[in-house]
Amino acid sequence: MKLNGAQILVQSLKNEAVEYIFGYPGGAVLHIYDALDAQNDIKHVLVRHEQGAAHAADGYARASGKVGVVLVTSGPGITNAVTGIATAYMDSIPMVIISGQVPSALIGNDAFQEVDAVGITRSCVKHNFLIKDINQVSITIKKAFYIASTGRPGPVLIDIPKDITIKKITKPVYADTIKMRSYHPVVNSDDMQIDKAVALIIKSKQPIVYAGGGCVIGNAHQQLRDFTRQLGLPITQTLMGLGAYPATDKLSLGMLGMHGTYEANMAMHDADCVIAAGSRFDDRVTANIEKFCPNAKIIHIDIDPASIGKNIAVDVSIVGEVSLVLAALSHALKDKKTADISAWWMQIDRWRSVDSLAYQTQAGVIKPQSVIEALYTLTKGEAIVTSDVGQHQMWAAQYYQFDEPRRWINSGGLGTMGFGLPAAMGAKLACPHRDVACVTGEGSIQMMTQELSTMLQYHTPVKIVNLNNGYLGMVRQWQEFFYEKRYAMSYMDALPDFVKLSEGYGHIGIKVEKPEDLKPALIEAFAQKQRTVFLDIMTDPSENVFPMIPSGAGHHEMLLAGRDKMESNNDSGLNLV
Amino acid sequence: MRHVISILLENEAGALSRVAGLFSARGFNIESLTVAATNDPTLSRMTIVSIGDDYIIEQIVKQLNKLIDVVEVVDLTATEHIERELLLLKIDIDQNTQADIDEQIDLFSAKIIDISEDFYILELGGKSQKINDFLKALSAFKVLEVSRTGVTGICQKR
Repeated sequence: MKLNGAQILVQSLKNEAVEYIFGYPGGAVLHIYDALDAQNDIKHVLVRHEQGAAHAADGYARASGKVGVVLVTSGPGITNAVTGIATAYMDSIPMVIISGQVPSALIGNDAFQEVDAVGITRSCVKHNFLIKDINQVSITIKKAFYIASTGRPGPVLIDIPKDITIKKITKPVYADTIKMRSYHPVVNSDDMQIDKAVALIIKSKQPIVYAGGGCVIGNAHQQLRDFTRQLGLPITQTLMGLGAYPATDKLSLGMLGMHGTYEANMAMHDADCVIAAGSRFDDRVTANIEKFCPNAKIIHIDIDPASIGKNIAVDVSIVGEVSLVLAALSHALKDKKTADISAWWMQIDRWRSVDSLAYQTQAGVIKPQSVIEALYTLTKGEAIVTSDVGQHQMWAAQYYQFDEPRRWINSGGLGTMGFGLPAAMGAKLACPHRDVACVTGEGSIQMMTQELSTMLQYHTPVKIVNLNNGYLGMVRQWQEFFYEKRYAMSYMDALPDFVKLSEGYGHIGIKVEKPEDLKPALIEAFAQKQRTVFLDIMTDPSENVFPMIPSGAGHHEMLLAGRDKMESNNDSGLNLV
Repeated sequence: MRHVISILLENEAGALSRVAGLFSARGFNIESLTVAATNDPTLSRMTIVSIGDDYIIEQIVKQLNKLIDVVEVVDLTATEHIERELLLLKIDIDQNTQADIDEQIDLFSAKIIDISEDFYILELGGKSQKINDFLKALSAFKVLEVSRTGVTGICQKR
């Protein structure tokens, strides 16, 4: 039987066990949509904007651990998706994006809806392909899934000209496995490096584990827990790593970095040995590099050799899958005697007693932190929480205690406002039986409200927790601290009525203005199992995210709420973003 | 420090722009870049000369290795190696200068590959330093056009 390129493409996606495609049709992909329509295995989610497609596929991938799949048309279809692709790239999320292209003969002619998709996406994908031959369709799909999901994962784009989807061949070949001479992701680590790490760890009197998103994406949470507990080590996690190790466990010091806890940052500063697992020493984590971990030997475990030594010089580098490396370390340390770290724990407990996440309450005012705490209590910490970007994102990270991986889904690397809502939709499709909450702000949510329509169509009941303070809060906070309270463009006048907006999209809207109404509103929202509920919660507009390491400062120079005064910074600090 | 980096990569459309894009996106510097297919037509050999400290060069090598099309990256500067470059040059000649220019051509063992009424086209292959010296020697005359290939290199081990 003769099959056209579109049919071969759809069959190739079936071979990869694709469950959902998030997409939007257009001229260049009409054949692909026609082929999709003729089958029932793959479900297609019609988003309302292509950026939403990429974020939804991303949320699906983060929640499920599978590859997220996006299908968009040429020109504006793919350019709209670019922000979502870049978001996935920065957080190493496995994703395959299929973009239609104008017919091969028209490429380069400035044809209608033509854009150089491969050129535009080159710097924000792990790899991309332009298919030039129908015989390459199935093998290219195979390669794309292989590249996207192995090594350090990432998005892979396939640009396919319309004529390739129309052309027919007999007996297309589908490969079961793939080998590429130019791509060999590292798996196992070097035993010698393990030995070097062990030698450092057993001598260390003030060790700390610093775990990142690689422990979540690399499914290394069990090995991370075993390793940390075997030695009784203090552990801090990055924004992307939250949930890899249980937040409520006694060894956990919480998040580190710019808005991390006092105990986590002080322990990093005073540590004599830092075991970095699947983390990349991002600027939000290290604060001022010159003041970073001044006394520590650093062991860096990462699947990506290029991550090692990029920002911070390390003493022992271990390239490999973080789960395998941690298991190897646990094994190598089994019969080894390690140094006594009880004095270190006493010091850490003193830092803990500072209670750096304490905040002042005020009668009649809803504190944003209290909303997250109430959300945590009500969902028993078992919901999947997505977030947008800004103050609410930090509060969600600080006050929702994530005990399991893949429950906390946010745009950590690129910091994409608008991510939270479509990501929640994708997460709900991946985990239909789990409560999904999208913690957002009135700024971020307005970048993707159109996806409320998609959520009605595909019945993805999500609870939207909108911390509405009327301000682009993180911008306002920085303006308060560093720009003498000149609030340039951080206040949004004329906000929509979010209750009516969500009702207009067929959902339930609840406005919460008083602290005493918060808990009942949350209970009501989560009782509506089959409905998306938009909770528009009016929170304290003057609240800031604390603790905070101001720009240019080190981990030991953090500022605590109500205890430290924000000093105007030097110019070098203001250079940082 | 100047480094000569040799890259074996898939001979595919877009491979060159992946490498060039990587350098510009990460702010690495390119002094010169040469590329052509190898004896295996599916593979290209690219030679890049870049200037950077050890940290930058390590990052360049690691980031190049991350590119899916790249099969192998070698920093030739770290081993025994041979570098060559080719110069093509157009130079004005007249009665007053021709003898002096001929003398320089002999001195550097350059070749005259085309002669017109009032200008030569010269060819010189060799190390970059030799080509720099030749250009310096000719700077007293009227050089009309210079085209250099940039460095290509090969490791001296088997």
